[in-house]
Amino acid sequence: MRCNEAPGSTPRPANPLELFWACNNLALQGFGGVLAVAQRELVERKRWLTREQFVEMLSISQILPGPNIVNLALALGHGYFGLRGAFAACAGLLALPLLIVLILAALYSEFAHEPMLAGALRGMGAVAAGLVLATAAKLASTLKVNPLGLPLCLGLAGLALVAIAWLRWPLVAVLGLLGSAAVALAWSRLAR
Amino acid sequence: MAAFTSALSLPELLALTLHFMLLSLLAVGGAITTAPDMQRYVVLDNGWITQSQFSASIAIAQAAPGPNVLFVAVIGWNIAGLWGVAATMLGCLLPSTVLTLYFARWGARRRDSRLLRAFTSGMTPLTLGLLAATGWVLAEPFVREPTQRSGAVALVSITLWSMLRSKLSPMWLVALGAAVGVFGGI
Repeated sequence: MRCNEAPGSTPRPANPLELFWACNNLALQGFGGVLAVAQRELVERKRWLTREQFVEMLSISQILPGPNIVNLALALGHGYFGLRGAFAACAGLLALPLLIVLILAALYSEFAHEPMLAGALRGMGAVAAGLVLATAAKLASTLKVNPLGLPLCLGLAGLALVAIAWLRWPLVAVLGLLGSAAVALAWSRLAR
Repeated sequence: MAAFTSALSLPELLALTLHFMLLSLLAVGGAITTAPDMQRYVVLDNGWITQSQFSASIAIAQAAPGPNVLFVAVIGWNIAGLWGVAATMLGCLLPSTVLTLYFARWGARRRDSRLLRAFTSGMTPLTLGLLAATGWVLAEPFVREPTQRSGAVALVSITLWSMLRSKLSPMWLVALGAAVGVFGGI
């Protein structure tokens, strides 16, 4: 793969096609999620971004709604080649994995009744639940420095949990109400 | 091109697309935080797929390489084949992509603005609650089934412990889950 690198210059993709393939390679290595691979590849191996740049891009990707890795790819690609770059990065990230996942989905539709496959998927489903809970647990450690204070944070988290998992209220209502309240409270706390 | 055939009518597909577009804008903690609402909409309210199809969609996307958001594509596939995939993927990606590109192009430079910090601080506890809710919604069907309960509790516990206390890659845990399932543990 050509690298546009002269001594002292910053490594970067030479064209949208190279960006496409780079994101494609990222995605195909990303079993169970692409973000970890992305940091290793973009910062350490390719050196397209410094660690600080990656972290900043990631935090913006997380604040904006939508899949974090997709937002990251869009921001990355846009930075290099504008809309073409954003599209190339996103396509690289999603095209081939989408094809693979649909093939697996079609196989699932075909063989869903097979006891071993059904069992395997149940097991993987339980693990998936655990992985999501682990993400929640890791996020909990950031609450200590939250301006809202730990008790209020836990209260808000608990309300969201009850509203969504038990009461099964629509997400738009829960986020609309709790989200406005939480942001307004944080705004007032930040003034102090 | 073949005539429009799908398990869902066109108005239903449009409704599906629109709902997922709404969720796209609400997915502040990532697409997975909207999974409980997706489940409420496609499984509970409309009955377009079964709970086990929903759960399998997430498992397949987790096991496959690439962004986990592709669970949305598998849900779409299970609902209405390729039309369903188009509906859910377009819905899930279009609004958030437009927003991200808008900010990439014209976004404010002030990263430390009070509003931005208030937004982040306020949304983080909610994201935590939503992630916990998602974990619960995903685990609950197994925990509810007496024959699957102990296997589910064991797998969730092992996964939690491993992710929080070790550096083991999640893929080993997914493989463990598959193995436990194949041998009838869940």
